Amino acid sequence: MNRFLLPLGLFALLVVLLAVGLRRAPEKGVIESPLIGKPAPQFTLPDLFDGTRRVQSGDFAGRWHLFNVWGTWCAECRAEHETLLAIQKGGVVPVVGLNWKDDDAQALAWLAQLGNPYAAVAADRDGRVAVDWGVYGAPESFLIAPDGRVVRKQVGALTREIWERDFLPLVTRAAPGG
Amino acid sequence: MQTQPHSRLRRLSLGALLLMLAGVSHAIDPTPPLADAALQARYEAITHELRCMQCQNQSIADSQVGLAADLRREVRTLLVEGKSDADIRDHMVARYGDFILFRPRMNARTAWLWLAPFVLLAIGAVVAVRVLRKRAQLVDADAQVIDRFDGTDDT
Repeated sequence: MNRFLLPLGLFALLVVLLAVGLRRAPEKGVIESPLIGKPAPQFTLPDLFDGTRRVQSGDFAGRWHLFNVWGTWCAECRAEHETLLAIQKGGVVPVVGLNWKDDDAQALAWLAQLGNPYAAVAADRDGRVAVDWGVYGAPESFLIAPDGRVVRKQVGALTREIWERDFLPLVTRAAPGG
Repeated sequence: MQTQPHSRLRRLSLGALLLMLAGVSHAIDPTPPLADAALQARYEAITHELRCMQCQNQSIADSQVGLAADLRREVRTLLVEGKSDADIRDHMVARYGDFILFRPRMNARTAWLWLAPFVLLAIGAVVAVRVLRKRAQLVDADAQVIDRFDGTDDT
């Protein structure tokens, strides 16, 4: 009996290891951002609404804001749009958009048609700023704290549930009442 | 003489196939090579080591996805700026995390990945030595029994 104990124990250990691996497999789809807890990357880009003006990362320094990467070529962004409009309506944090490798005219038409949830939209036509943010698939959203640090990142469409569960408490806990 | 048109046809089709393949391998990275051959060699080596985050089992050198092209441009820019290979890897890891490297670096989180084969080898060696010793003892014990039998038989 005793001689089976060790192999059996090892087998049980292997089963546990593989079970945990399988359980966690879906998480592999989302890659943890190394930016969490670090200062948000700086940028200066043309304003989507007025090419002569600039949108800068410093424009929203000192306040909570949501940095949202989107494009009209991105189907999931359309699904996410309603959530962004709700967040804007909520008025807790402004949403700053990064229009990623998109056509300006199409982006403007999209906002005219679906509504504009953004306090400002920066046009990242060649995708350089997106690389600095480690963006690999739109939509992506980053919650930025008043001190300029990235606090939370969502890859894929933001839903009301995710916003209320994972994002909003971080803001309201830091500044009660709003 | 009858086979000649066939072999010519075969040679022609082989040539056409090679041309097509050449077209494919060029289509992925349409940018002209860097003027400095040494830089171009490093560019090719690094882009093969970086993962395309959108198509995770391809390197950015092998992927036609837009993001891969952006990352190749980033590598190119950094190389021309005179950054070392290690600088470029750090630059990418700071933005995309360790996952972008096909060869994970040794740190607290990946240590087990690097050490596991050696640990398993050591466990295997210990088990093998113990099994072999046990078997050797069994042979000794058998020999003693045989000796005893031989002894009793002789007297």
